[in-house]
Amino acid sequence: MTPNAICTPPHDHDTYRWSMVVDLDKCIGCSACTAACYAENNIGVAGLEQVLKGREMSWLRVERYLDSDYPEKTTFLPMLCQHCDNAPCEAVCPVYAPHHSKEGLNNQIYNRCIGTRFCSQNCPYKVRRFNWFTWETPSPLNLQLNPDVTARSKGVMEKCSFCIQRIKFAHGIAKDENRPVRDGEIQPACLQSCPTGALIFGNLMDPGSRVRKLAADPRAYQVLGYLNTKPAVIYLKKVLPEI
Amino acid sequence: MTNDGASPKLTYAQIDQTVLDTLRPATRPYWITIALLFLGVLLGAACWLYQIFSGIGVGGQNNPVAWGTYLINFVFWVGIAHSGTLISAILHLFRAGWRNPIARAAETMTVFAVCTAGLFPFIHLGRVWVVFYMLPYPTQRGLWPNFLSPLMFDVIAISTYLIVSSLFWYTGMLPDLATVRDRSEGLRKKIFTILSLGWTGEHEHWRHFSRTYLFFAALATPLVISVHSVVSWDFALGVVPGWHTTIFAPYFVAGAIHSGLAMVLTLMIPLRKIFHYEKIITLSVLENVAKTIIFTGLIVAFAYSTEYFMAWYSHNVVELETFRWRAVGDYSLQFWIMVTCNTVIPLLFFFKKIRTTIVWLFIISLIVNIGMWFERFVIIIGSVAHDFIPHAWGLYAPTAIEFGIMLGSFCLFFFLFVLFVKHLPSVSMTEIKETAHAGENHGG
Repeated sequence: MTPNAICTPPHDHDTYRWSMVVDLDKCIGCSACTAACYAENNIGVAGLEQVLKGREMSWLRVERYLDSDYPEKTTFLPMLCQHCDNAPCEAVCPVYAPHHSKEGLNNQIYNRCIGTRFCSQNCPYKVRRFNWFTWETPSPLNLQLNPDVTARSKGVMEKCSFCIQRIKFAHGIAKDENRPVRDGEIQPACLQSCPTGALIFGNLMDPGSRVRKLAADPRAYQVLGYLNTKPAVIYLKKVLPEI
Repeated sequence: MTNDGASPKLTYAQIDQTVLDTLRPATRPYWITIALLFLGVLLGAACWLYQIFSGIGVGGQNNPVAWGTYLINFVFWVGIAHSGTLISAILHLFRAGWRNPIARAAETMTVFAVCTAGLFPFIHLGRVWVVFYMLPYPTQRGLWPNFLSPLMFDVIAISTYLIVSSLFWYTGMLPDLATVRDRSEGLRKKIFTILSLGWTGEHEHWRHFSRTYLFFAALATPLVISVHSVVSWDFALGVVPGWHTTIFAPYFVAGAIHSGLAMVLTLMIPLRKIFHYEKIITLSVLENVAKTIIFTGLIVAFAYSTEYFMAWYSHNVVELETFRWRAVGDYSLQFWIMVTCNTVIPLLFFFKKIRTTIVWLFIISLIVNIGMWFERFVIIIGSVAHDFIPHAWGLYAPTAIEFGIMLGSFCLFFFLFVLFVKHLPSVSMTEIKETAHAGENHGG
């Protein structure tokens, strides 16, 4: 896959196009990313009963794929919002609650959302999470809520934001120092907690960035790329041990 | 299509008398029925209130099936609404005389079914209290609704349909309202004097009336096609396999008319029995509806098989798996109910004996209604439950709250309809007279 195929989006990006590379060879399926995401983004804890009903709120899940030819081998695939350039969720919302930023982020505007759930139904990756209730954070758990992230209430859709609060923070520092955001300066929570460095985050518009170089890797692919959603999350294929 | 609908044996006075008899003061069983239906409406409203205060989670929706019975019922009721306008407008333009005895009741069914359907998008919303975000009102922030969203198409299509069909319904009723005014006294006379807008039956009134009715019929006709096409785009414009297909607009319109005609039979059969309309709503009228049901059933059968052909022809693994799973997967029971009730059982109407036996007509009409409800289940639930990513697959089952709201919606529809049949002329005296007149002249 040429970097051009990934870097040429239909939207005009202004200096930045945030992207994440997931190296499936390095993912060991430990789910630290999921836990970090819960803590960073004030994600509701639905509880056993609701999770069994299919209402888990995690923005990032680790999918497991077993190969019947290699029963000892499991492929883990961390699945999060793909921040598509051609996002199926954006077109179907009647009130523009999913908003496409000029930096390529698919932002969910919570206080604009009226809860039609059309975005979730139209998301081929099924990474959007709806607040079926207002989830409780009984004391003392309320003390660990992240003040930089909005708490959501019942009836709105939410999903991975690429830790936009950290992106904005890095932007602030870069602006103070009168320079662009440096490669590697932004660490989303999942990436920060990954023990094997399977996740890489950066700016696809920067020809020197790690994500840009890895996007040119022969192992690079996008999940369901044939749908032409143009995801910003690029996976590096797991090389199976049949050699 | 023949003009044998109304019996030419009835005189004008007899026609008036048969219809006006239905407006006599109601008996105790009638008010008990009304009270029970109203209780059902209250039950549905209570369930909705509970949901608003607790959250949508009191329903069975989840990930991946975020749309549940609310949207099934929405599509179901919009579908029911279609045949009313088909019968009152399209068949009027085609000069199909057999539609005259049932046109009024069918058009009423349309208006009330659209009202019922229109509630469900509200019930479905996660935050119904901010639904006004969907209105294009001027705001300081310059925010505007997204007219690319099929849900915005819906808002426009459904509200247009409701306005046009209500006006069409009311306009068609004017001469009859005047007839009721002339034959009543007291408060009723006052009410009908206002409702009949000063109708005196002079030549000029009739000239304007027949023009207006014709123009409304012409205006309503494209709406029959457009509204359910637009509803189908809620799905067809998505990417989900089982939704994303170009056949959806004609498929949904045919399905809507199929279910609507079945509902016409379900309503007309008790109506003619209770109100002694046997000489007006004759067996041949019901037979013609049954014949049309065979036709729409065959279109629906063709649509089902086309979907399978296209899945096979596409060689797309996701599409193939969706349709394989639809027939043999977790919701295969619902799928086979849909196929049997909508396409196989209506074929029994090919037998004259069956389509001219009231009991059979009634039973099969109920079966088609059930089948069409399950068609929406299979499409809305079945497609997203089993789409692209196997890890995200999941199942859905409605909860008691959802059943409560569904019961409430049926009660609301029948509540309005039962109120209507006793307080407004449920058969168009004007149009029956026209048919009777035509029958004499052209010899039938």
